[in-house]
Amino acid sequence: MHETDMTKALILTVRDWWEAQPGQPAIEKVHLTVGKFTCVEPVSLQFAFEVQTKGTFLDEAELVIRETSLIAFCHPCQAEYQPEIGLQYACPTCKAPMDDIRSGRELKIDRVEYAEVEVPHT
Amino acid sequence: MHQTFDAALGIDLLHVNQTGADHNRAHFDAWGITCMNVMSSPGAGKTALLERTLESLHQELAIAVIEGDMTTELDADRLRQYGVPVIAINTGRSCHLDAKMVAGGIHTLEHSYDPNALDLVLVENVGNLVCPAEFEVGEHLKVALLSVTEGEDKPLKYPIMFQEADCLLITKVDLAPYLDVSLEQIAANVRQMNPHVTIIPVSAKTGEGLEEWFGWVRSRSVATGESRSVATGESRSASAEESRRHAHA
Repeated sequence: MHETDMTKALILTVRDWWEAQPGQPAIEKVHLTVGKFTCVEPVSLQFAFEVQTKGTFLDEAELVIRETSLIAFCHPCQAEYQPEIGLQYACPTCKAPMDDIRSGRELKIDRVEYAEVEVPHT
Repeated sequence: MHQTFDAALGIDLLHVNQTGADHNRAHFDAWGITCMNVMSSPGAGKTALLERTLESLHQELAIAVIEGDMTTELDADRLRQYGVPVIAINTGRSCHLDAKMVAGGIHTLEHSYDPNALDLVLVENVGNLVCPAEFEVGEHLKVALLSVTEGEDKPLKYPIMFQEADCLLITKVDLAPYLDVSLEQIAANVRQMNPHVTIIPVSAKTGEGLEEWFGWVRSRSVATGESRSVATGESRSASAEESRRHAHA
C-alpha cells in the first residue's frame, strides 16, 4: 500500500500551499497527473485520499486524477509509439528496445481549485 | 454563489522522498561510498546473494549493509556473522524502504562506525517487486534480482523495477534444468525496456556466475573502480532522472 505514503506526501504538499494562503480558502478539488507507467493505482489512491483526509482541511475536497499513457520515442524510426504495458515494450515497427520515455512516468500535483474566502461585509 | 479559483502547483508527488534521496547520496559521495539498492520479490535470494558477496569481498572492500525488513532482524543476523556493520531497519507495515528510513541508517553509520573508511553500502530493500522501484533511497546503482522460479513474464508485468535496474541478476540458475524456463527469454524481456542493463545469471548455492557479479561490484566501487563517473551506473541514473524530469515537464 504505497498509495498511503503517496497520499501522505500529497496532503503535506497541499497543506504547505494552503497554510501560505491568506484566510486558508476551502479547497474543492485537487488535480493529479498519474502516469500509467508508474506503480500507482488510481483507485487505491482515491481510497487512501478519502480515508486519510477525513476530518482534515481536505475533508470536502475531491481528488481528480488524470492518467497519462505510456509514450516512448523510437530513435531508429524517429517516431513515437505506445508500448503495451505488461506485454510489449519494444518498438512495434523495428523492435528496438524502449529507451526514451516521453510520457507515462508522471506523479504530479497539478493544481488545486478553491473557493473565494468570504470577506464579511460591515 | 461562490467563485472558484485555481492555483497551479506542479509539484512531484515524490518530491519529499527525492530530496531526501539526494541528501543521502550527497553523504555517500562525501564519504567516498558507492551505494547499491538491492531489490527483488520476496524469496528471490537477496540475502543469500549478500552472504556470498560479503564472504568473498569483505577483505578487499570495506562494506556495510543497510537491511530493510518488515518486522524481524532474521536477515540482518544472517549477515552479521561476516563481521561487517549491518544496520537493520524495520519498516513496520511499509512495504519498501524510503529515503527517510535510510537516512536513519546513515545516521547510525555515522555515529557508530567510521563512514570514511567504507567503500560500499549495500541496501537490501524489502522483498517487493512494485513499491521499492518508486522510492529512491540515495543509491548510485540499482540491482534487481529475479529468480528462475518466478518465470519469464515478471519483467513484463512488473516493468518499473527492471526498467531502471543497472544490473539484473537471474538467481537460482541451478534450478533452471528442472523448470520450463528460458534464461534467454528473461533477458530478452528485460532488454526490451532496458537495453543498457548488465545481466548476470547466478547461483548462490553452486557459485555459478558469482565471479562475474563480484567483478561488476568491484568495478563500480570507488576503491577499486577508476572513477564512478565513468561507470555506466551514474550516466544511467542521470538519464533516468532526465527522462523522469522530461516526462514531468
